[in-house]
This record gives sequence, structure tokens and C-alpha cells, in this order.
Amino acid sequence: MSYLSLILFTPLVGALAVLLINRQNENAIRWIANLFALAGFVISVPLWFWYNPQNPEFQFVERLPWIPSVGAEYFLGVDGFSALLIMLTTLMGSIAVLSSWNAITERVKEYYLFLLVLQTGMLGAFMALDFLLFFLFWEVMLVPMYFLIGIWGSSNRLYSAIKFFLYTLVGSVVMLLGILALYFHNYNVTGVYSFDVTQFQTLDLPFNLQWWVFLAFFLGFAIKVPMFPFHTWLPDAHTDAPTAGSVILAAVLLKMGTYGFIRFSLPILPDATHAFVPMIAVLSIIGIVYGALVALAQKDWKRLVAYSSVSHMAMVMLGMFALNPVGITGSIIQQLNHGISTGALFLLVGVVYERRHTREISEYGGLSKVMPVYAAVFLLMTMSSIGLPTLNGFIGELLILQGVFVASKVWAAVAASGIVLGAAYMLSLYQRTMFGKVENAKNEGLADLSFREFATFAPLIVLAVWIGLYPAPFLTRVETSVQRVIVRVSPEYSQTASSEGSDGQVAPSVMPTPVAVPLAAAAE
Amino acid sequence: MPSGISPSDFYYLLPEILLTAGALLVLVADVLLPRGNRLLNGLTLAVLGITLASLALFTGTDREIANGLIAVDSFALFFKLIVLIAAVLTVLMSDRYLRVEGASPGEYYFLILCSTLGMMIMAGGIDLITSFVGLETMAVSFYILAGFIKPNQQSNEAAVKYFLLGAFSLGILLYGMSFLYGLSGTTNLRVMATMFVGQEGDPLLVLAVILVVAGLGFKIAAVPFHMWAPDVYQGAPTPVTAFLSVGSKAASFAMLLRVFIEGVPSMNADWRLLFEGIAIATMTLGNVAALTQTNMKRMLAYSSIAHAGYLLIGVVAGTERGVAAMMIYLMVYTFMQLGAFTVIVMLRRADVVGDELKDLSGLNVRHPFAAFAMLLFMLSLGGIPPTAGFMGKLWLFGAAIDSGYVWLAVIGVLNSAISLYYYVRVVVFMYMRTETAASTPTTTPALNVALALAVVATLGLGMYPRQLFDLAETSARSLGVAAVVAVVQ
Repeated sequence: MSYLSLILFTPLVGALAVLLINRQNENAIRWIANLFALAGFVISVPLWFWYNPQNPEFQFVERLPWIPSVGAEYFLGVDGFSALLIMLTTLMGSIAVLSSWNAITERVKEYYLFLLVLQTGMLGAFMALDFLLFFLFWEVMLVPMYFLIGIWGSSNRLYSAIKFFLYTLVGSVVMLLGILALYFHNYNVTGVYSFDVTQFQTLDLPFNLQWWVFLAFFLGFAIKVPMFPFHTWLPDAHTDAPTAGSVILAAVLLKMGTYGFIRFSLPILPDATHAFVPMIAVLSIIGIVYGALVALAQKDWKRLVAYSSVSHMAMVMLGMFALNPVGITGSIIQQLNHGISTGALFLLVGVVYERRHTREISEYGGLSKVMPVYAAVFLLMTMSSIGLPTLNGFIGELLILQGVFVASKVWAAVAASGIVLGAAYMLSLYQRTMFGKVENAKNEGLADLSFREFATFAPLIVLAVWIGLYPAPFLTRVETSVQRVIVRVSPEYSQTASSEGSDGQVAPSVMPTPVAVPLAAAAE
Repeated sequence: MPSGISPSDFYYLLPEILLTAGALLVLVADVLLPRGNRLLNGLTLAVLGITLASLALFTGTDREIANGLIAVDSFALFFKLIVLIAAVLTVLMSDRYLRVEGASPGEYYFLILCSTLGMMIMAGGIDLITSFVGLETMAVSFYILAGFIKPNQQSNEAAVKYFLLGAFSLGILLYGMSFLYGLSGTTNLRVMATMFVGQEGDPLLVLAVILVVAGLGFKIAAVPFHMWAPDVYQGAPTPVTAFLSVGSKAASFAMLLRVFIEGVPSMNADWRLLFEGIAIATMTLGNVAALTQTNMKRMLAYSSIAHAGYLLIGVVAGTERGVAAMMIYLMVYTFMQLGAFTVIVMLRRADVVGDELKDLSGLNVRHPFAAFAMLLFMLSLGGIPPTAGFMGKLWLFGAAIDSGYVWLAVIGVLNSAISLYYYVRVVVFMYMRTETAASTPTTTPALNVALALAVVATLGLGMYPRQLFDLAETSARSLGVAAVVAVVQ
């Protein structure tokens, strides 16, 4: 079996293993699920070393016929961007599974089943280079997440679950029409039925078609990001989801939207991308400020973090639509950062929620006295979220602002105000929960982080510091991914970038071709 | 043209002959073997199995037999496959149901086989007379089957309603057919097509098309000819409802395609326009009405109306791709719809009717496999991958986009998003409600086999639909779609 398939199907095999265990035997189920989730992460680690940042092609390519009569293929491959997201997914997946040990006591078997199936869905979406296959995985994620919120969620779970489901579904079915339009256009041009994304990226589509397809994709991806005004499902889903669900939702699922823009919308539809820049910039700026202001007003801890997500993801979108290499690089790095810090913040809420069963911020206060380790981790993640230098958030926000500044100084000014507001709501949250005296008697005896809980935070702390101090390996890995977009969207930048090699011409080597020679050959 | 039937025709009618002989055998066996409930069930299955096997003899055949009354081609073969699979699944779920209801099995299985025979003739009929005879054979069997549970008032009501409205619609259909015959001087669809070239403006021909659309629209339960469906579906015995919603629909679509694409391709501008309006109305009304239903059978009735709307998109597209997409969808629909009905039959116990939505409460606790199966069928009906329903919808909407009916596809996908609301509600009852009002569902080997078949097909055709796609494409090619395309250009 090839490498990417191995990563892809490890969680699914875990799900099958869980299926075979008697439902009474809850600890065995927990162990097996943890084992497979961890194995999934360990298996994906070599991706970091085997991925060759110099090779502009998609790597580890696997290509098999799937439905030949319509040209659909089982076509997987990664570039630096998707490789990083895949590792983020396997890491957050294993953390989510580990964090659920004590939190989930009912219907344990189904819980881990859904969590592991969800994992395969997410990984598949990041690997697929066949549009139909991508869509398949994209939709496969929907059902397990729906169950996670609907069965194991808190009070308003049924409403939140169906809202999440229908919102994302409407977006994705419209996106499907866009995919079909591209598919038939590709056939009319080339005479070959194919869902090959790398082929679509070479098409020069008429503007009219681009415009409509962009709109269809926009609906699918923007709801997932989520961009203002499509964000209303997110606070509900986040608040009512169990901790692991929120972590996965924030750290990985939201990235599906931004991944979709960078992988599909921008390189396939460059002209329409330019046409939509004003709209998306305005929506992003509204999202940044509005998300932050609403977060300031929250009384519910989890809802506050949810709205901070809206604000942060809007920043990611703004950086992307600066449409220059710095902005897009920042956007990608900030996606990872958001996964790390917001994932950790949801885990942190989960820890106290497990002890106190309330998310009201006013119920807490002075926790730093009773839970010093917890308070330290929380502080670090708060700083990471507001972009303190030496931590990961700073690098991402700096790059984004740099890119946005080139595109428009006004945008950059407003975006920077979002960062200030971000510091305001995060620090006020920290102050209200951690500092002061322990006024609520129920908080006096709270246990600090257990070893298992600390283990869920440890890798995130390491990553936050690593990206903050030495982001170079991450930046080099996304370089080719950024070039792939830039070459299509803003070729003027790619000329300067490759001027040494080929006297000012667009370097043909950065154009993706279907058949890559993966470094995986060495790995097999 | 030689008159009469040549001996070789009997060979090509082998599946139909086997089925007829089998049906008669069941009737005789019922008299000779009193109380042989299970035996009759097995016998019926054997008859269907042999007929199914005999289809294999005719793969790749493409000829007209019986003096141009019946075509034996891949198109007919595909639809025969669908109705026979539907019949097998129906018979598998019938045994348990009949015993709970205390109904006599002999006539029941005979009528199921008769209606299957009617459907097979509809699939092959290329002559108005043959098609109509097939349709009547099917319809009359269903009139009786709908009222088969004699002590049940709802069942009686369903039968009377279906009979009265059915007879009325057949009258309209026949009226339309008489126009077609009068204008062309032939009942053979393929000959008729050549006579109508250049006659597009004839108002009588337009009237004929409208009448035939209305008549067949009733059979596929398309809006505004759908009124009978919810009541009949709810009242009829559950396996009959299942068979009616799948077999009858598939056969009627086969006939519809034959009549419009082979018979009056030159009028395609008119019937496409008609079907476009009907498709939009049918999808939307079916889905919106299904939203508020609390009875599973009634909900599935409205959902089946909505599905007729999706299928009509393929007719509107009018291309080979559209026809192939319809055939794929009908095959897929057979499994998911009959699977859902199998679960409802499982819930039927002596003291519980089991077809209310609340009867599904906590099914996941009582019977995890049935709940999982139902989950799959609901997702598939809603068109969520990796189930087969997604692949079916994908190609229907794809066909619409390919033919330039983008708005139809947009309305289609929005409708499937609406539909997920009520499909997911079923899931909510099964997985997220813990009160278990009703008793544990029954499982018999036959029911389990039916359920397992449906599950495997729903998942298998969703993840690896290669063979189905190939088969549907070849089969669609044998229908004279080229004629429509030629007229269009």
C-alpha cells in the first residue's frame, strides 16, 4: 500500500477495529481508538522528512482508475501546504481522541467510531487531487461531525447539529454544481472526461464561467471558513459540541474552507478571483472586527473562543486575498497557528468544563491559585492567540499584515485594529478566569492538569514555540504551494521570484503537471 | 412484413414465459399446499431467481420481436433487472409481514409476479398496445394488492382510491394514445416517430402529447397527478407500498422514455418544456410536503414524489447521458427505498404498526444494525456520499448541466438540501432519542438478507459504481436517443 493511502486509511481501520469490540468493554475501545489515532500521527510524521520542498510537483502521487467511464480517479498527492495540514489533522485527531478519555462515558463505542471516520474524511479531503474524490471526502466529514454534536453535545445540541449540517450542506451542493460545470467545460476543451484538479489548474476559462463557478465555490468554502455573514452556525456548533468535536472543528474543519480557496478557487479561477477581491476583502474586514467585538461581549467561555475563531479566520482570508506571495504564505502559516492555538483553547475550556460542568466565565475566577500548571498553559496559548512575538501567532499575523499592506494600507489598518481587539478579549478572559481571589467555593478544590491532560497540550506548546522562534522549515515547505497559486493569480510576482533561473519568464517548472515523480519512491 | 409470431420469438420471450409459468405454479401450489406459507415464499423467490438468471441469455441482444410489438434490447434488459431485483427484495420482506397480518399468501405472491410481468412488458414494449397491456397488467395487480389486508380500513381505502384514480388516468392515457394512432396510422412507436417528422406544429399532436404526459404522470406520481400517492402508500400493505414505489415507478419511467424518446422525438421541444415544469413542481412540492410528515410511509411517499421530480430531470435533458443517469438512479433508488421499507416491516409486530416516526425512537439501542442500515438509506435518499444516492444524483444534475439546464440543476440540489432535513430527522429519532416506546424489531433470515443486500448495494454502488455506470451507458445507447438529438440540431 502506498504511503498516503496508509495515512488515509489508518483511522478507518481503527474504526473497524472499534466496531468489532463489544460495547460493554469501554476501556478496550478507548485503548484501541487511542492506539490507532496515535499510530495515524506517527505514520504521518515521515511526511515532514520525506517531503521535498524543492520539488514543485505534487508528491507521493497515487493514481488509480475509480469510475473510468466518467474519468473519475483515485488520485492522491500532496504539496507542502496539504502535507502540513495532514500532519496537523493527524496530530489534532490523536489529541482529540486522547482528550475524550474521561469526558465521554455514554455510547463510547459510537463516539470513537465517528471520531475515527471523521479523521479519514478530513485526511482524504486534503489529499484528493480528483475533484469528485475530494467532494466525496468533503461530504463524508459531515455525518460524523453531525453525530458528535447531536449525541454528545450540550443542552442545545440538536438545534446546533442540524444547523451545522444544513448550512454546510447547502454550500457544498452548490459547490458540486460548480465542479460539474468545470468538468463539462474541460471535456468540451480537451475532449477528455476528467476530474483532475491539476488539469483544471491549466485551463484558461472564459470569465463568465469563472465568475459563476467562483460564486458556487465561494458558497461552499465561505460557509466552512466561516466568513461573515455565513458564520452563524459556528458559535452554536462550537458551543454545543463536545470538547473533541470543538477541537477538530476549529483546528481542522475550518481549514477545509481556506484550503479549498487556495487549492481550487484561486489557481483554477484567477480572473474571477481578482474580480471578487473587493467583496471578500470587505467581508473579511467586517469578520475581523465584528468577530472580535462579539467575542468581547461574551459571557460564555466557549462562545468567546468561537467568535475569536471567526475573527482569526477572517484574517486568514484577508491575507490570502492580498494575492501576493507574502500574504498567501502568512495565510497558510496562520491557518496552522489557528489550528494549534484555538485547538488548545478549546481543550482548555474542556478541562474546566469536565470539572465544573459550566462554561459561564463568571463562575470562574482565581483559577491560577488552584491550577497553576493549567494557568501557565492557558497563558501561553492566550499569548499565541493574540500574536505575541516569539510565539507562532506573531509570525502569521506579521506576514499577513505585510502582504495586506502591499495590497491596501486601509485594509492593513483595520486588520491591525482586529489584533488589538483580539488582545483585549483574550486578556480580559484570562483576567476574569485566572486572576483575583477564588470567590466561588466550588473552584477551591479543582484538580490541576492530570498527566493525560498535559500530554494533550504538550505537542501544541512545542509547536507554538517552534513556529514562533524558527518558522523557516514551515515557510520553505509552503513555498511551492504559494508559487502554484501565484503563478496563476498574480504572475507578476512569480516573475520576480524566478528571475534568476529563466530571464524573467514564468518558470515552467512551477506549473503543476499531472504526473509527479515523488520522493516517495525512495521511501517505499 | 410477416404476420404472426415466429418460433424464435418464444426464445426471446423466455424471461416473461418463465415468470408467467412460475406465477401459475404458485397459484396451483397454493391450492395443493394449504398452510404452506413459507414454501410459497421460497417458490416465488425461485421463480424470480430463475427469471433473473434467464436475463443473462440476452445481454447484448438488440432486436424487435413479435412483429414489432416488443423490443429485446439492453434498455429493456436493464429495466427488467431493476424490477426483478425490486420483486426479490419485496418478496423477501413479505413473508414476515403476511404472517403478522394473517393474510393468505397464495394470491399475494401470484399478484406480485403478475405485476412484475406487466412491468417487464412495459420495459420492452415498443408498441402502444403492448405497453398499454403491460401497464394494465401491472395496475390491476396493484389495485388488488393495495387492498389485500381485507380487515384493514386504510388498506381498503387505498385500494379504492388507487383504482378510481388509476382507471381515470388510464382513460386519459388511452385517449392520448388514440390521438397518436389517429394522427400516424400506426401503434408502433418507431414507425410513428418517422411519421411525425415535420408535424411539430399540429395542435392535435400537441394535445396528444399533453394527454400522454398526464396519463403517465399519474403512474410516476408527478405533480399535479400525485394526489393518490400519500394515501395509497400509507394505506397499502408495507411490502406492496415498497414495490409500488419502486417497481411501478421504474417500469412507468421505462414506458415514458420509450413513448417520448422513441415515439415522438420530433415533439421534444414540447414535452421537454412540459416535463421541465413538472420536474420543478414535483421536486419542490414533494420535498416541502415531506417536511411535516410524522408517518414514515407517508413521508417516504412524498419523498418518492420528489424523486420522480429528480428523475424527470433526466428526461428533460433528453440526452443519452440523461437517460443513463435516470437508469443509474432508478437502480440505486430500488435498493435504498426498499431497504428503508424493510426496516419499517421489521418494526411491524402483532401489537405495533411501527410505521410512525416515533416508532423509530432509540432504534440504535434496540437494533443497531437496522438503525445503521436506515441511516445509510436516509443519507442515500438525501444524496450524501459515499452512498449510492449521491452517485445517482450527481449524474442526474450533471446531465442537466451538460444539456444547458443549469437552473434545473440548481433547483435540484437546493431541493436535495431541503430533503435532508426530513431524512436527518429520522436519524435524530433513531440515534438521539433514548425513549424506546415500541418493542424490539423482529428479524427473520429473509428480512436480514433483504436488509444486507440493500446495505451492500447502497454502499458498494456509492463507492465503486464502475460496473453500474458502464451497464447504464450501454443500455441507454440502445434507446434511440440519437433521434432526439438529431431533431434538436
